[in-house]
Amino acid sequence: MDAKIILDSKELNLILTRLCHQLIENHDDFSNSVILSLQPRGVFFGNRIAKTLREILPEAKINYGKLDVTFYRDDFRRRNEVLVPNSTEVDFIIENKKVILIDDVLYTGRTIRAALDAMLAFGRPEKVELMVLIDRRFYRHLPVKPDYVGRTVDSVSSEKVKVFWNETDGKDRIILFTPNDKKQ
Amino acid sequence: MSRLSVNHLIGIKDLTIEDIQIIFQTADNFKNVINRPIKKVPSLRDITVANIFFENSTRTRLSFELAEKRLSADVVNFSASGSSVSKGETLIDTVNNILAMKVDMVVMRHSSPGAALFLAKHTKTTVINAGDGAHEHPTQALLDAFSIREKFGKVEGVKVLIAGDILHSRVAMSNILCLKKLGAEVMLCGPSTLMPRYVEHLGVKVEYNLRKALEWCDVANMLRIQLERQDIKYFPSIREYVMQYGLNTQLLESLNKEIVIMHPGPINRGVEITSDIADHKNSIILDQVENGVAIRMAILYLLAGKVEG
Repeated sequence: MDAKIILDSKELNLILTRLCHQLIENHDDFSNSVILSLQPRGVFFGNRIAKTLREILPEAKINYGKLDVTFYRDDFRRRNEVLVPNSTEVDFIIENKKVILIDDVLYTGRTIRAALDAMLAFGRPEKVELMVLIDRRFYRHLPVKPDYVGRTVDSVSSEKVKVFWNETDGKDRIILFTPNDKKQ
Repeated sequence: MSRLSVNHLIGIKDLTIEDIQIIFQTADNFKNVINRPIKKVPSLRDITVANIFFENSTRTRLSFELAEKRLSADVVNFSASGSSVSKGETLIDTVNNILAMKVDMVVMRHSSPGAALFLAKHTKTTVINAGDGAHEHPTQALLDAFSIREKFGKVEGVKVLIAGDILHSRVAMSNILCLKKLGAEVMLCGPSTLMPRYVEHLGVKVEYNLRKALEWCDVANMLRIQLERQDIKYFPSIREYVMQYGLNTQLLESLNKEIVIMHPGPINRGVEITSDIADHKNSIILDQVENGVAIRMAILYLLAGKVEG
């Protein structure tokens, strides 16, 4: 595997700040908006977004929750492993709110489809938007398009994009792994 | 880590500690799901489950049916009364006919110990044991241990008393095995005639005095007398049993500590526990029922992942 750093810690912080300002542009003081990050890996990104937003808007009350989509996936019984779920923490009402879904990497779009289903169990939102840190824009299986993107990455399906976080991996960075035999 | 070591749920005996932990972890999430405005998830939408009950049941059957429906499975129900069993059809023929209608999983209760294992060996389906005679009732034991874990934050080291008709109780057997696996201390209490022989070999304490047993425990699981399984008289009269082994408020309040009351149902009010004990603030009987749905959802979900599509 050949590893290439797509984003380092400094670039990531710039992107976080930019994305937060884009959110504020569209959601004002967040009184009518809620943020849901997707378990398990989208939560680290969501936590950073929520933290940065609270720093920029100390007065605003930002509703931030975590959504697990395991039970709504369309690949249950098509994998070798049964997926064990993560916790869902949604302590607010999403009925008639603007929901911002947050995940780290958007690839096939299937997780987002499951997330839309999972979210509807909590009510009918007025509008749903999608924010992703990395958009692997090729090989989408479903018509899913993000509204806010950290970085767009052109990659082939044999490659892997992995997001590492300071909280779990000791350092913030995003790496594109390419199998050696595919390298020209 | 995320895979059960078994393909069927026949008894607690076959489960590893890791299996039980995976079931609990999954049940935590399903408990969250069943407390949402929309209590249904689509996980088992391509699975059909048959609930085959050769013995009477209220809670277990309803609980399984709700669990299946909340996972979006298709459900068919079968009870022996009113079926062709009375015309002399055998168990395997009955089940194979149901399976020929493309059923993926079977939940079965039967009065013969070993019926679930027999079915798992001789048919091509996933079997969940909902009680086989006086042998095992694994989902009840799992929901009891799950309720203890919820109340105390852990099962390890908790002192659990199981009192009543131990001899005829599949709940007692499965509970002993499950609680011992999870590191709880277990004591049994009941008339000596209703105590199985050599039960100490399972690593449990035996006490014949209910007051002493209650003084020892943190949780008391009060079992019903299974008159339907008693072919001879095991004690002189119900009245005498109540005086010796019935739990009432006076006895509970004379203890120098608070204990949690559990009961697997159905309750015979005024026999093993009085009415006010059943409704007492320390009783978690209805929490057990709620947790039963979450536990059964977890088991169905984890086993369905192994059904060939």
